[in-house]
Amino acid sequence: MGHHFDIILRSIFLENLPLSFFLGMCTFLAISKQVKAAVGLGSAVLVLQIITVPLNNLILSYILKPGAFAWAGFGDIDLTFLGLLTYIAIIAATVQILEMVLDRFVPALYNTLGIFLPLLTVNCAILGASLFMVERNYTFTESVAYGIGAGGGFFLAVVALAGIREKLEYANPPAALRGLGLTFVSVGLMAMAFMGLAGL
Amino acid sequence: MADTNIQLLTNSILKRNPIALLVLGICSALAVTGQMATALVMSICLTLVTAFSSLTISIVRFQIPNSVRIGIQITIIATLVILVDEILKAFFFELSKQLSIFVGLIITNCIVMGRAEGFAMSNPPVASFMDGIGNGLGYSLILMLVAFIRELFGAGTLFGVEILQLTTNGGWYIRNGMLVLPASGFFIIATIIWVIRTLDPEQQEKE
Repeated sequence: MGHHFDIILRSIFLENLPLSFFLGMCTFLAISKQVKAAVGLGSAVLVLQIITVPLNNLILSYILKPGAFAWAGFGDIDLTFLGLLTYIAIIAATVQILEMVLDRFVPALYNTLGIFLPLLTVNCAILGASLFMVERNYTFTESVAYGIGAGGGFFLAVVALAGIREKLEYANPPAALRGLGLTFVSVGLMAMAFMGLAGL
Repeated sequence: MADTNIQLLTNSILKRNPIALLVLGICSALAVTGQMATALVMSICLTLVTAFSSLTISIVRFQIPNSVRIGIQITIIATLVILVDEILKAFFFELSKQLSIFVGLIITNCIVMGRAEGFAMSNPPVASFMDGIGNGLGYSLILMLVAFIRELFGAGTLFGVEILQLTTNGGWYIRNGMLVLPASGFFIIATIIWVIRTLDPEQQEKE
């Protein structure tokens, strides 16, 4: 259990997807102007990570891995080269299903997350988390922990950045640095602050 | 289309640079810029994928039903990325290990999707191909610039060859440890954006 807790903490603070691997930057920068929208995006990412990372883990172990079809007499089939295509398809499908389910059963939540979900199909953070899970050979329970951590880390980072940007509205930077440039500097400073947790 | 093919190629490199102006595709851009070699390979991969996915999508653009176009685009892009990934694994195994997941992440790179959706769907194949190459080069330019600064001042080397002799090797240069950290990428990009927007005030954001 302690090991899984360790994975969660690591992926939230040390290996934070946007801040130390630069994943999901596009959405991260686009939707961090207001805290409210950032909370919506963050929760959508969190939910999606918790579902897709373990799901892709199952797909990997029972369909793609060499020997996964041994029970059917095709022991030497190795489908790992189809990995990328499969993961992205799984993610796209999850997004669609999640959207429909939320719309039908939890309309309030759908209204908050709704507009962000389709965006997340092509979010590097979602695919990136699944690929890291593959690369590090996580087991199923470890991948659940990693999904929680990866999503939580994104949530934390995007909400914190939105908070900073709301305050920056009142600042008066050089014209050329306005907007994007200043955002990058703040993200850089945040990334350094997160590095400070390295001794954890 | 008023722009000629050459203009399409050059415009995206400086005037409409995908990273600096449109903030696309930074996702994977910064993580591979610690060294020139990985940045170069990443640039080549991305340029090829963007160019060929634009070409392919543009060729079949009249056959794609509108409602499933994103799915088809992703399938085409993912297939190309798998090709690139397999080629890297077969011939440049060391580099492919260093790039780890970032080659796979080209699939979700916003530049590729953005060009497919925004340009290739409504333009003829040759123009789309040029546009793809142009955007790939624009991305490569920023990537190589960041990698150049980070490797030269962070480790004193370029492509692994020692340029500034480090104090640890009996030289004079004390390496800048911050440039090895991921955070430095953000600062360098911020500076590049600052410079580009000072030179070209049209790109500045309104208050």
